[in-house]
Amino acid sequence: MNVHEYQAKALFRDYGVSVPEGELATTPAEAAQAARNLGTEVVVVKAQVHAGGRGKGGGVKLAKSPAEAEKAASEILGMTLHTPQTPPEGKLVRRVYVEAGSAIARELYLAILLDRAAEKFAIVASTEGGMEIEVVAAETPEKIQTVLVDPNLGLQDYQARQLAFGLSLEGEQVGRFVTFLRGLFELYLDKDCTQVEINPLVVTEGGELFALDGKLNFDDNALYRHPDIAALRDPDEEDARERAAKEIDLSYVGLDGNIGCMVNGAGLAMATLDMISHCGGSPANFLDAGGGVSEEQVKAAFKLILQDEQVKAILVNIFGGIVRCDLIAQGVVAAAKELDLDVPVVVRLQGTNAPEGLKILEESGLDLIPAETLAEAGTQVVAAAAQAQ
Amino acid sequence: MAILCDESTKLLVQGVGRMGQFHANLSREYGTQVVGGVAPGKGGQVIAEMPIYDTVAEAVKDSGANASVIFVPPPGAADAILEAADAGIALAACVTEGIPAIDMARAKAALKGSEMRLVGPNCPGVVTPEQCRIGIMPAQITRPGPVGVVSRSGTLTYEAVDQLSRLGIGQSTCLGIGGDPIIGTNFIDALTLFEADPETKAVVMIGEIGGSAEEEAAEFIQSEMSKPVAAFIAGQRAPKGKRMGHAGAIIAGGKGAAADKMAALERCGVAVSASPAEIGETLAKHAPGVAG
Repeated sequence: MNVHEYQAKALFRDYGVSVPEGELATTPAEAAQAARNLGTEVVVVKAQVHAGGRGKGGGVKLAKSPAEAEKAASEILGMTLHTPQTPPEGKLVRRVYVEAGSAIARELYLAILLDRAAEKFAIVASTEGGMEIEVVAAETPEKIQTVLVDPNLGLQDYQARQLAFGLSLEGEQVGRFVTFLRGLFELYLDKDCTQVEINPLVVTEGGELFALDGKLNFDDNALYRHPDIAALRDPDEEDARERAAKEIDLSYVGLDGNIGCMVNGAGLAMATLDMISHCGGSPANFLDAGGGVSEEQVKAAFKLILQDEQVKAILVNIFGGIVRCDLIAQGVVAAAKELDLDVPVVVRLQGTNAPEGLKILEESGLDLIPAETLAEAGTQVVAAAAQAQ
Repeated sequence: MAILCDESTKLLVQGVGRMGQFHANLSREYGTQVVGGVAPGKGGQVIAEMPIYDTVAEAVKDSGANASVIFVPPPGAADAILEAADAGIALAACVTEGIPAIDMARAKAALKGSEMRLVGPNCPGVVTPEQCRIGIMPAQITRPGPVGVVSRSGTLTYEAVDQLSRLGIGQSTCLGIGGDPIIGTNFIDALTLFEADPETKAVVMIGEIGGSAEEEAAEFIQSEMSKPVAAFIAGQRAPKGKRMGHAGAIIAGGKGAAADKMAALERCGVAVSASPAEIGETLAKHAPGVAG
């Protein structure tokens, strides 16, 4: 789960990770008031959307007076922001964060994430703040430093110092960096983050350290023990179909093709998309109905797939291990009747109780196209979609 | 022979809710020795024909269990894994999906130096055809034979096994290693076991997008393996940055894409099936000796 910059910064403050003063605004008048409250010579007005590269899309503006802040906010609020990281349709800006400007001497980069290969937490730091870390990694990898933190020992002070000196921090800055990183690491563990990224981490002309931007990603699997974090979810930032799927415990990712898919298991669901592409078709979605799918969920999944008007054919691909194919078949039949299905449906059932499931489909009198193998299922659904188009 | 489990395996079930009971029964029907269940506070009861123990240590002492399948829900799953290791279990397969990554990172670090082999979490388990079923696989689609199967996915494992069986190619052991970012047994561990197993003559490996486990496996295959390997990578059609069901299946920062993994495997002499429907045939062509 992602959160907005202003939410991340509030969490940073809770953990003693220094950030510039700032206030949230939803109207230009509020932005002007925020600038007055901050009282600094310069403020920065920043669009709050879940995407990086906001400056490039015109979503970040400097203002030298409350009036300028009001004008900047009026330009940004309500705009549809396009950045390299937004979806093609862009993102509507509903809030801005007005932040005190800083006299920046240096821009650094700092991130914490799980290193899957090392099975430890990795802290990544770079002297090249403000740039995309992927670009730095490709062009000047020597400017990136990494320390690995043992999950059971946690961050050691020497590791923080090593990074501080590696970033050429000096004097009191070293101690400030250690405090900053300790707080950040504590936040990472306490709130079950999957990634913390500060880009840039600025050193001001006065030698202070601030997180000028902050991205936090949280582990969806751990949200059950963090109601405070779960409450930060912004449904406006999520794909409407993905949100609806989450509510009924299905895993759904919208794609841009015309063949709706319902599959059990993530690996087989991915392979089903591959199969459709391999046969010359284009999938409309990824949908993993999970291991314990019920008749009700099958119905709900069909509704979800059919909400996408692009869908011209549906492929149901079930390999029953835990799942019983006869229950899936009942769900498909019930959904087809209830929803007055008018697109062709190819159904492939294999594994537990597959013969019983096929019998239910046959006896339903519905126009369902049975397939035995994955190859057959792919060929048939691509042909059906082409015909319907 | 086979790997990890056989007819002598004595299986314990940790977490005896609906799922645990259902699969305990299926494993027993398949011929597996299911010797007990663990449910704290229910010790002394009999559930799904299993004697129930309060702790794994007690169960091991009383029943001689040497393997465990874990169905404990996510909040207690890492604890269940550590309890199994502490009690001297040799093989634990954790089926549980949705364990917080930090819990798993800590548990995995704590397992260093332990004798226990962990398979999973978020995995379908291990089946040695006609000998032992640990986990949730539909064992009826397997048949005994010379091909080892290792996969990050559950249902896609079944798909691959089914394709092999339909071609008359049996399996030594089928193993799902799980789709999470941190897992107990990785591809290289499984390939090492298959390489050392005299009954395994060839291997099918099913990978997916995300991470770099397939690339690392490719190098291992080239340098350390004498047996032919065929592979498939799921997620060729996946968009970047989206989590495709599995917590580990995400293409991040341009890394972990299917095409890169397929190319790495091909460079290392692995036969890669571009279509998910041709996994069995790809193996049959690459290892002509194993068919029939």
